[in-house]
Amino acid sequence: MKAREKTWPWRLLLVVILLGIAAGTWGAVSKIDYKWRWYRVPQYFMYLAEDAQKIPFDGKVTAVVKGNKNTKVTVVSESAETKTIQVTSDTLKVSEGEDLFAGDTVGFTKTWRLGPLMLGLWTTLWLSAISSVFALILGLLTGIARVSKNITLRGLAMVYVECIRGTPLLVQIFIAYFFLGTVFNLSRNVCGVGALALFAGAYVAEIVRAGVQSIPKGQMEASRSLGMTAFQTMKDIILPQAFKKILPPLSGQFISLIKDSSLVSVIAITDLTKSGREIITSTFATFEVWIVVAAMYLLVTSVLSQLVFYMERRLAVSD
Amino acid sequence: MIKADNVVKVFSSRSGEVRAVDGVSTEVARGEVVVVIGPSGSGKSTFLRCINGLETFTEGHIFIDGVDLADKKTNINKIRAEVGMVFQQFNLFPHKTVLENLTLAQCRVRKRSKKVADEKAQALLKKVGIPEKAGEYPSRLSGGQQQRVAIARALAMDPKVMLFDEPTSALDPEMVGEVLDVMKQLAREGMTMIVVTHEMGFAREVADRVIFMDEGKVVEVGTPEHFFTNPQEERAKLFLKQVL
Repeated sequence: MKAREKTWPWRLLLVVILLGIAAGTWGAVSKIDYKWRWYRVPQYFMYLAEDAQKIPFDGKVTAVVKGNKNTKVTVVSESAETKTIQVTSDTLKVSEGEDLFAGDTVGFTKTWRLGPLMLGLWTTLWLSAISSVFALILGLLTGIARVSKNITLRGLAMVYVECIRGTPLLVQIFIAYFFLGTVFNLSRNVCGVGALALFAGAYVAEIVRAGVQSIPKGQMEASRSLGMTAFQTMKDIILPQAFKKILPPLSGQFISLIKDSSLVSVIAITDLTKSGREIITSTFATFEVWIVVAAMYLLVTSVLSQLVFYMERRLAVSD
Repeated sequence: MIKADNVVKVFSSRSGEVRAVDGVSTEVARGEVVVVIGPSGSGKSTFLRCINGLETFTEGHIFIDGVDLADKKTNINKIRAEVGMVFQQFNLFPHKTVLENLTLAQCRVRKRSKKVADEKAQALLKKVGIPEKAGEYPSRLSGGQQQRVAIARALAMDPKVMLFDEPTSALDPEMVGEVLDVMKQLAREGMTMIVVTHEMGFAREVADRVIFMDEGKVVEVGTPEHFFTNPQEERAKLFLKQVL
């Protein structure tokens, strides 16, 4: 009997190789004159915003009530108008009895806000989510049209798929924005979502077609022989089985879509990529920001693939 | 019940035309068991598939209870609900449990309630001898069990006719018996059946009539006794010599 092969030397080798790559990169970077400024990055996730609180009229401070965190300042104008302003205690700039002019700053309020990286991530997420939904609907319909008996439907689907698959996404986004967007007066978000959905839809269609064709012909025949209509057969028999098979390629397509959504930054949609570019213009922390942006994309796509992995296991019950 | 009138099915391909079914005419009365035998490629399966519209035929007419399948206005789904079919490869729905396999078409086509369909399904599973497998998925069943489920699935629609397309050809030899037993029981209960098979023993025991086909044509028709003991045609004699 053959002894079970040891795996730890290979694991060790893997770690050594990865460490080697990391060390090599580190060595190369340290040779060039680049000053790392990681401390500049966190503020672009979240920051404490200070908003100046100003008075709208000339007046006099009549009362300053200091609380633990916030302070209430009451100002009365010459025409006996009263206004109470709340500011964060440690930013208070006035004292009781002081005369103020319109536009003077009483103090500041501090609140936590999401930085451009988080807002960009949010834009990327909803853009991809909406595009995915449309792509799935479009791909499902086109995929079924591709296997339809009707020549017109089949032809339409084929022209659509070939046109989309034969042109670069970047060019499609430009056409969607500069041509279709101008002609039909569409907003940039609509154009971006539209271009992404059309693009992914063509690929989803091919995946759906392959999935439907992978189901043995006997399934269709058995279902039809029981008197079920073509539509019922598709819905109850073919698509549920096809869906299980196409889940891995389909999830790959949606992960691609999240990554491809970075291209809409060229039509000035402030997604994660464009946020990164904007941050770089004000920090010059090029290396750090791009690494962070890449890590954020990676995080999102990993979560998605884990989710799909879980679904695959759930669907494997009947195997 | 079923009347086939000069049915022709032509398959066109690049290499030319194949007349898979070439002018078959026959009649099947209510309660009759007809066994169709013949060598591979003789068109018997194709003819069977024409009867429930899985293949459209090129010429001729097939009447089921007086309704012409060749008529464009005929609702083929309605006909199919009355004509049960059992396939060589079982074709159970792998993503549904045995019970769901039996209830799906009842609910969708016959518009039965879930409860009524479930009861019907359970009764049929009992009849084919596997009531304990209701909750299993088809992949957990043996071939013989799967084919019995497939028979029960067709019966759940209360068909007027049952078509069997080589129902035992894909089975392990030791499982053939259990499927044939179910079919024999059905025949005794008076079900109208058309069976394409290579099981000569079954044909002999159960058939009211044997149809021998070759090259798309009906070569000889007769009672099992007549056919197996005293065939008239040379082709039939040759075939029987090979298989018996």
